[in-house]
Amino acid sequence: MIWWKHSISFLSASIDRWFSAALRIGALLAALIMLFILLFLLLESWPVLRHIALMRFFTDEAWHPLEDQYNLLPMVTGTLYASSGALLLAIPLGIASALFMIFYATPRTAVLYRRLIELLAGIPSVVFGFWGLTTLVPLINQWHPPGASLLASILILTLMILPTLALTSYAALVAVPKDYLQAAVALGLSRWGMIYGVALPAARKGIVAGILLAAGRAIGETMAVLMVAGNVVQHADSLFAPIRTLTANIALEMAYAMGDHRAVLFVSGLLLLLLVIALTIIAAWFGKTHHV
Amino acid sequence: MRWMKSIGAATIMLVLMSLTLSTFASSHKLVLTGSSTIAPLAIELGRRFESLHPGVRVDVQTGGSSRGINDTRKGVADIGMVSGVLKSAEQDLQAFAIALDGVGIIVHASNPVTTLTNRQIVGIFTGRITNWQEVGGHDARITLVNKAEGRSTLESFLAYFQLKNSEIKSHIVIGDNQQGIKIVSGNPHAIGYVSIGAAAYDAQRGVPIKLLTMDGVAATVANVRNGTYPLSRPLNLVTRLPPTGLVKQFIDFARSKQTHDLVEAQYFVPVSVD
Repeated sequence: MIWWKHSISFLSASIDRWFSAALRIGALLAALIMLFILLFLLLESWPVLRHIALMRFFTDEAWHPLEDQYNLLPMVTGTLYASSGALLLAIPLGIASALFMIFYATPRTAVLYRRLIELLAGIPSVVFGFWGLTTLVPLINQWHPPGASLLASILILTLMILPTLALTSYAALVAVPKDYLQAAVALGLSRWGMIYGVALPAARKGIVAGILLAAGRAIGETMAVLMVAGNVVQHADSLFAPIRTLTANIALEMAYAMGDHRAVLFVSGLLLLLLVIALTIIAAWFGKTHHV
Repeated sequence: MRWMKSIGAATIMLVLMSLTLSTFASSHKLVLTGSSTIAPLAIELGRRFESLHPGVRVDVQTGGSSRGINDTRKGVADIGMVSGVLKSAEQDLQAFAIALDGVGIIVHASNPVTTLTNRQIVGIFTGRITNWQEVGGHDARITLVNKAEGRSTLESFLAYFQLKNSEIKSHIVIGDNQQGIKIVSGNPHAIGYVSIGAAAYDAQRGVPIKLLTMDGVAATVANVRNGTYPLSRPLNLVTRLPPTGLVKQFIDFARSKQTHDLVEAQYFVPVSVD
């Protein structure tokens, strides 16, 4: 402690200036990296963007890059179906887990449960994918072939984003000031009334941020989905139909692609980035307008 | 502040040391890029070559046959790995076959079907035959496993059966051989095609898959060797110019008798020239 006291007093004259400069540089770097990624994607996809009309990526007959057909739309819907399906399942489950930890479980159970969820968050995606491929897909196959399907990818994605949702919702709910809850109790609200009327609205911003994070992960997940989705390029007409996501498309074909084929894969990367940007904008708008 | 300076100095020293070390190490380096079918064999070949030629480092990177061709043309790689016969547009490169590999049709081990004619295979892959009953199996829907666009196994398969990829009505699209074997071993009604080498290797180790007899010829390494199995392809090393020096030494080594055990360990058929 004495050493630190000495050190702080010794540095205090210039440390602020240095520190703020270092932070500025750090922030600038982070922004530049994002900009460079966008620039890189544009640069790599430029060769095809120049001689293929933009509409062709949505109106071509199918995705057969070696036969000059570049329809990306089935992969966009594949990505959207899989991630929104997973969110639909994981949001209620995640928030319910968080509520259970804070309002219903005994402290000891709550700690144990939270550790378990944290463990789930740490499992690498390829392990989920492998489990899906060897267990979940054959199971669904017995029910309705071919097994590798939209349903399998939704279930795997749900497992993967559930811990993110549960932990962020938990953090948001824990941060709700104790006074609010005490006031609610004092007003004679039931436990559910307190949760629904006070805790959830007060934690809304944090929960929405968690959902956004989870959605980003669901859209960007590659390996696990690649292993269970079937990867057939088509608009899914049922839960049991195989789909291909944008990320899986890049991972499957990038290593083998040359020329136009390669550049089109960068276009699908660009599309993915635009999708995530759109999501961020929607979330920002949601955070601003829907006040309680 | 003094301790910070010494840490800084130590870091700079470390960086400089690793830089000098890496420049020394890369003085004799062979870079191979291309086909993922050949890569496991090339890594083994490289290991043995390194032990025979101290100071030489062999760097193997995958990325598909088309990358092998591209990198060799550009001079990024010393040697490209290309599976399949070179196309007419690729005749500017020198090709040296180091092994033969067949592409075999695989199904689950519990599937009663053991043989298919070419017509039946084409029927199944174009969606005209959708039930195993039509080719002598159980009453169950066929699950078709196809390879992703650009893979050389897909190209060999399409070329042999004179199909276009857009005609294939697949249910599952996969990347490499291993993924195909995993899917077929987990699905009793699936059919797919993979490198015979990879399938034979796994079937030997108890994975529940079997290779089908195609048009009366069993898909075995022996039949690929004697040339009776029709759907086979050479595994090539390619160079831009006639090879000299270290590149020539490596290619000669890869085609010599002293590497046959490595080729056979991958369930490929050795091609020998000496």
